[in-house]
Amino acid sequence: MDLNTPATRAALLPRRSLLQGIAAGGALLTAPGLIGRAQAQAGDAIRLGAPFHRTGIGASYGRWYERTANAALKIVNEQGGINGLPVQMIVEDDGTDPKRGVEVIEKFATEHKVDAVFGHLFSHVVAACAPRAGELKMPYFLCSEGHALAAGQFNRYVFQPSITDVKSQISSMGPWIADNLGKKVALIYPDYAFGYDHRDNMTAAIQAQGGTITASIAIPPTETSFTRYLPRIPFDTEVIYHVMVGPAVLTFVKELGEHLGSRRPEIFGFIDSLEAVPLNQPQLAFLENTYFWEAQPRYAQPDQTEFDKFYRAAVGVDDSGATIGNPQDVATFSHMFSVWETLFAIKRAMEMADYRGPAQKIAMLEAMESIPGFDASNEFPQGDKIFNGKTHQSFGHQHISKFEGGRLNVVHSTTIEDTFYPDETDYTKMSF
Amino acid sequence: MRNLRLFALTIAVLAGLFGVQFVISGYPVLALTRILILAVFAMGYNVLMGYTGLVSLGHALFFAAGLYGAGLAAYYGGVALPIAFAAGIAAAAVLSLVVGLLALRTQTVSFMIVTLMFAQAGYLATLHFSAITGGDQGLSLPAHARSFSLLGQEIALTSATARYNIALAVFAVVLLALYALTQGPRGRLFAAVRENPERTRMLGYDVGRIRLLAFTVSGTISGVAGALYGLMFGFIGSSFAEFRSSVEVLLFTLVGGPGTLFGPLVGTTVMTLLIDRLSGLTSAYLIAVGVLLIVLTLWFPKGILGTIRDRWAPWLR
Amino acid sequence: MNLAPYLLLATLEGLVQASVFALTALGLSLVFGVMRVVNVAHGEFFTLGAVGAWLCAMLLPGHPAISFAAALVAAPLAVGALAWAADRLILKRIDYDPEATIVSTIGLMYVIQQVVLMTFGPDARAVDAPFWYTIRFPWFGWSGYKVFIIVVAVALVGGLWLAMRHTRFGLIMRATQYDRETAQNFGIPVDRVYAAVFALGAMFAAVAGVLVVPNSQAHYLMGHDPLLMSFVVVIVGGLGSLPGTVAAAVLIGMADGWLSVFFSPTLAKIFSTLLVALVLVFRPAGLFGKAVRA
Repeated sequence: MDLNTPATRAALLPRRSLLQGIAAGGALLTAPGLIGRAQAQAGDAIRLGAPFHRTGIGASYGRWYERTANAALKIVNEQGGINGLPVQMIVEDDGTDPKRGVEVIEKFATEHKVDAVFGHLFSHVVAACAPRAGELKMPYFLCSEGHALAAGQFNRYVFQPSITDVKSQISSMGPWIADNLGKKVALIYPDYAFGYDHRDNMTAAIQAQGGTITASIAIPPTETSFTRYLPRIPFDTEVIYHVMVGPAVLTFVKELGEHLGSRRPEIFGFIDSLEAVPLNQPQLAFLENTYFWEAQPRYAQPDQTEFDKFYRAAVGVDDSGATIGNPQDVATFSHMFSVWETLFAIKRAMEMADYRGPAQKIAMLEAMESIPGFDASNEFPQGDKIFNGKTHQSFGHQHISKFEGGRLNVVHSTTIEDTFYPDETDYTKMSF
Repeated sequence: MRNLRLFALTIAVLAGLFGVQFVISGYPVLALTRILILAVFAMGYNVLMGYTGLVSLGHALFFAAGLYGAGLAAYYGGVALPIAFAAGIAAAAVLSLVVGLLALRTQTVSFMIVTLMFAQAGYLATLHFSAITGGDQGLSLPAHARSFSLLGQEIALTSATARYNIALAVFAVVLLALYALTQGPRGRLFAAVRENPERTRMLGYDVGRIRLLAFTVSGTISGVAGALYGLMFGFIGSSFAEFRSSVEVLLFTLVGGPGTLFGPLVGTTVMTLLIDRLSGLTSAYLIAVGVLLIVLTLWFPKGILGTIRDRWAPWLR
Repeated sequence: MNLAPYLLLATLEGLVQASVFALTALGLSLVFGVMRVVNVAHGEFFTLGAVGAWLCAMLLPGHPAISFAAALVAAPLAVGALAWAADRLILKRIDYDPEATIVSTIGLMYVIQQVVLMTFGPDARAVDAPFWYTIRFPWFGWSGYKVFIIVVAVALVGGLWLAMRHTRFGLIMRATQYDRETAQNFGIPVDRVYAAVFALGAMFAAVAGVLVVPNSQAHYLMGHDPLLMSFVVVIVGGLGSLPGTVAAAVLIGMADGWLSVFFSPTLAKIFSTLLVALVLVFRPAGLFGKAVRA
């Protein structure tokens, strides 16, 4: 142990130990040197807080979020920053933990004094942080695809300007699945909120097409083996719909393959199951000729836009969605674009409000609400999208890809309108 | 015989904590608020582990009972915050009494597993009944649960000053109550049960009842912390019921010094600040924390205050 | 599907689960039984075994069976050496104080976890099974590799049992477990026995890690559940009782599988968790344990 930390020094002096310990604690909290960088003065830069999942269960995603954010930040600053001010990004690890997430939001608001926070992904962390961000009057931009925001559960400081929420993703898939794969669908999903979003919305979407749900199989989050749940899939099932997340996904696919053998029904999954996982490995051979939802195609398609090319080059990702020169290092491609686009959405709103500091905060938020959408561009490489200022949620194109020869080829893309559903809230009626 | 020096220290610490808010501002105040709440949790844990010598691995259950009791009352019942707070404490008290009656049939390692299993069942229940609890995504408390009136005064939980002083008030009440409990005859009984249950029994005391009292007090105080945390941060979710919470509170107590009145506060402060500061310096902060924990056990095997007590200040208990 | 094949599948799966539980639990049981300390980093030794299997697969090209066999030897040895060092450098110096051991092994857990995260990375990585064979039942298919897991587990458990009964080392371990002071007085080098036991326990966890990788994957947080479950198995089985540990592993593995046939999975987990708690409440020394000595 370093005997020179104030806390231990104090602890070694018995008499005054506690008072000194507390005083030392206060000093430790405020000591700028320990933060590792001098505190900048307000007004000389735009500071953005980035709470990424560096450790914990979200670390796979967090690493790519950070990498994408750094690439986008570099471009923003090369182009002269925002309103002539350089943009700084301060990254904190939230451990993919709601408790630590809230601490980090407080730290951003009161210690780093950032202008906005962006980049949270896992929905339980978001759910814990959003109320606190609102109380601290901290603009809070999500890259999470959760539906809680558009459902009206948060507040006027929270936005999701890039990634389409899970409700739209699923409801836009339903008609295609029922028309092309089959109308008797068995659902396999994790037994918690993320899975319920899929269960509820997909059930509704399939029933709307005149189909039926033959089985609804919820798998506990701690499960590492799945074989014993698979007999619940009835024999007359035409489509298996799966969305599994976490490290056990490969096991799931392998066991599904062993269980069903060659007599398998059609299979449709959400790419969340296989984000950051290389597809051309023997464990996944069973998925050949199955279908996946993708927000942004991992493999460059024949009709690849120049924006997609630009984006891949900037992040350092090749045409198969892996780090250039390391095909095993696969990106979380259908999620991480949201970090890139969100940064440019913040830039857009700040420019509209001529943002120079917290004095223009409300103006910036109102500008954000007034944005009707974004065109496909280098700034928005996933494609054009419509932004709903009332629900603070963006809506974009979704893709269905077929797993062929160890890669994913897009076979269908939805229109933006396919993703719409009636507004469930109106944040503009809420006060700041 | 009361421990006058410890009492003086208690008053001095409380006065210092009250005064410090006029010196520091911004993030340190918010961080200290959180530390005080978590320290209450650790103090509750310490009653059982430090003073009575029973190591539980399931105290997340009681923290969560307070959290959900208070949170659900505010969310569904729409009751005023003080009532929701009381509901959370009551939930934790009842649950710890029931679990205590069962778990205390076991001791040492079996006791660890039984408490762990009850806590895991509680955690899974928060997931299973997600129609009510919101599961892992939890529930955000509505606006009406963000303020309350006290003696005609409207107090908003969004104000940093109000938050700090509420946390401090609860901390002070718990600290003084624990001072009275542990430094009085009851505290000596706890220690007697810890050091030699057989002899205590032969002296005519009902060891089972003393343990049950310690267990219930411990669980209830943990619930106080949980209820306070839920209402203060406006979010209740299943991750607070996870095993990790139970380990965290064990760690806070062990680092500070089990069986000392201020050990939990010191442990919580040291660990919280350490993680908070180190994570700003390096993304590998967990290595530093890990190494520090190992070094700590080599040099301070009884925790920081426990070692100081043994070597220099026997009154620090 | 009819109930009968369903139950058959649940039983087979339960056996695999029980095998993994038994292996990880045996390691913990040794440490716990002989040294009376809780090693919180036990799950991390399991993780390291799995990561070792992945590393061998990366370094050794050719048939997966070769690298797998190499991993079965190399990973436990490396992990055992690490554990031995941890015992010499940390546990011995704190004199196996129960509380300090918990704190320091939590510290060790943090260090190992973070080092694995920084080197191995946050992603789950698969390792090829040494052989591919699917057993086809009329209703479903089942991985032949899982049978291999069961066989290895049975062999190792049997081997350990024989070693405990019939070798000098086993005798020394049992003596140390029974009474540390007396053992010392009889000239048993208790210190070295402790280090060996700690290393051996870690090696069992590492073997279990290597074994599960072809079936599941290596991931830096994978040690959490095995730690919890093996802890439970050890206590339910009864401290220091080898047959008890095995029986508890089978019981818990099976209960988990069967209950999930009849209840929603999460509800089944709640029931099996409460079942464990209640078993201990009414048999505090575990199923096969003798009354706890003070």
